[in-house]
Amino acid sequence: MVGYAHFIPLFPFAAFAVNILFGRKLGKMSALVSIGASFISLVIAAVTFIGNSHYGEGSYMIGRWLSFGGISLDFGVTVDPLSCMMLMVVTVVGTLIQVYSIGYMRDDKRYSRFFAYMSLFMGSMLGLLLSDNFVMLYIFWEGVGLCSYLLISFWFERPAAARAGMKAFITTRIGDTGLLIGILLLFFATKTLYFRDLGNLAINDTTLTVIALLIFCGAVGKSAQFPLHVWLPDAMEGPTPVSALIHAATMVAAGVYLVARTYGLFLAHHSSLIWVAYIGAITAFMAATIATVNNDIKRILAYSTISQLGFMMLALGVGGYDGGTFHLMTHAFFKALLFLCAGSVIHAVHTQDIFKMGGLLGKMKATGWTFLIGALAIAGVPPLSGFWSKDEILSEILREGHPILFGVAVVTSLLTAFYMFRLIFVVLFGKPRSELRAHESPAVMTVPLGILAAFSIFAGFFKPVKFEPLMMGVSAAISVTGIGMAYMLYIRNNKILPAPLRARFAFLYRLVSNKYYVDEIYDALIIRPCMRFADIAASFDSRVVDGAVNLTAYLSIIAGKVQCWFDLYVVDGIVNMAANITWLCSAVFRRLQTGLVQNYLLIAFFGLAIMILLKLTGGQ
Amino acid sequence: MIPQSHFLILGAVLFAMGLYGALTRRTAIGILMSIELILNAANINLITFNKFIGNETLGQVFALFVIAIAAASAVIGLVLVIAVYRNMKTIFTEKMNILKW
Repeated sequence: MVGYAHFIPLFPFAAFAVNILFGRKLGKMSALVSIGASFISLVIAAVTFIGNSHYGEGSYMIGRWLSFGGISLDFGVTVDPLSCMMLMVVTVVGTLIQVYSIGYMRDDKRYSRFFAYMSLFMGSMLGLLLSDNFVMLYIFWEGVGLCSYLLISFWFERPAAARAGMKAFITTRIGDTGLLIGILLLFFATKTLYFRDLGNLAINDTTLTVIALLIFCGAVGKSAQFPLHVWLPDAMEGPTPVSALIHAATMVAAGVYLVARTYGLFLAHHSSLIWVAYIGAITAFMAATIATVNNDIKRILAYSTISQLGFMMLALGVGGYDGGTFHLMTHAFFKALLFLCAGSVIHAVHTQDIFKMGGLLGKMKATGWTFLIGALAIAGVPPLSGFWSKDEILSEILREGHPILFGVAVVTSLLTAFYMFRLIFVVLFGKPRSELRAHESPAVMTVPLGILAAFSIFAGFFKPVKFEPLMMGVSAAISVTGIGMAYMLYIRNNKILPAPLRARFAFLYRLVSNKYYVDEIYDALIIRPCMRFADIAASFDSRVVDGAVNLTAYLSIIAGKVQCWFDLYVVDGIVNMAANITWLCSAVFRRLQTGLVQNYLLIAFFGLAIMILLKLTGGQ
Repeated sequence: MIPQSHFLILGAVLFAMGLYGALTRRTAIGILMSIELILNAANINLITFNKFIGNETLGQVFALFVIAIAAASAVIGLVLVIAVYRNMKTIFTEKMNILKW
């Protein structure tokens, strides 16, 4: 059954085509088209997954695509444990999110277009997962980027959403440019673009490192790693199911997947891998600290995603391929769950500020409890899925002997548990902080929550884990400590924010709550100079270029006027003079034309008579 | 036998009458009639010279042609006069000056 894998992305693409062309006629049916397509993909993915575990991996060719200069490129499909796992995650999470969207997007006026984009998004991601060469991957990669732009700025009437879409697109484009250069460099250096050849490339280390780092640039952009992480928090302007899809299954997972897929390239030379590790560590720590002070429910989750992705990169960077990809899978489930819960909460209370919520567990039972499960999973409480993957990452970092990175990872895990339970305690427990008429969401939204909660609990058992009691104890202790800290600060103390702490570390607090001023630095160093340059260019345009054009026009007008005068008085004058001379001459001779026929006859007769006379006299 | 000069004098008188009529009549029909007189004067001359000079019938045949042509030209002329009359309600030639400058 492995041979059917290439049908998986085709169904979402077909659903996209149907919904974008006939969406108006389909109306609410468009959701069923998309969900049906996703479900068929899910079934095929499941069959492929089972088949793969029986028959092992393999890639196969669908057809010849390009052939030039002795090099050919095929449409190929890769089926290996990594792609199978991700196919399952994307189809399961994607289908559930689309079901959830029926409820969430119920009253939206671009309902069918939303589902069309969701299908395109899923199709692109599935295509990306199945690609067996860089060119196909790049095409789908850009497809994913395009869909993220379309969906983040889905409510483009709001300027913030439109700006967020642009920011996401441009920021990821910066990374994509690196990826493209990396692909081209790889092609020129090795004449191959297939992933299967990456393990044994015969080129020197410097080139290899440069290529690996350029490809990593693409992953940094897509997976929102420092320094290109700025787009992801702003992407929260999109509808919440989109955030869930971007954060869990599609967009950001693509970056980690790219690194995992091209792992051979990174393994070949360790200097590139250590970059991945440090970028991941910086991102994980930075984003986690920002999440601890943010007040927007979706932005906390967004920074959490950045942090967790940094965690995965860190794992991949120290050589923990299994831990990184395992965490990618478990994270997809619980992050989708958390986002959908947040969406359900926002749907109910119509605000995103966590300090306006409170005590929601009583009013929204299903959402509240699943939210709690998701938080426990991401915090790494045993035996939920997040525990297993995080534990594996921690032990891998330690095993590879990176004490600094291990310290960062431990602190990040602690912070993760802390900020998640800060969120949970503030939103779900305590008393309502403002007048909210919260109500439970409809079943079409809560049922996907339940399913995702089940996955969040049990996804950790999909993979056999080595049993290391000490490491596991440390890992569990970290999460419990984090939760305890949150409990102490937000339940016991029950103040809006722990004010004394904030006062003591005022500088740190300002630094973190302003997101390390990264946006401001970009604004000052890149955006503002660019704008100024654009202004200069614009004024050059309006003064010099436009001036030259206007001068030309002005000179043309003057030349035209001169020519007009010449035409009127010289050319026309000559013509009129000729006409006038003719007129004057004719004034004499027209007197002969009396109009009286007998005059003519008389003239003719006298003329004849004269001619005869001349003949008679001249003849002699 | 009537001398040749009498015939020629008759022709000349007829021609002069025709010419006078053509130059003085006001109506187009009068002018046409005068032209017929001129043609007949020519015919008389043709017949006369045929009789007194040659012994062949060339002049007579020529005269017959002239009669036929005179008939045709009279027809055309009358048609034109009728057409002009329909348009201008007059047959006076001094009124027919619309092509004048």
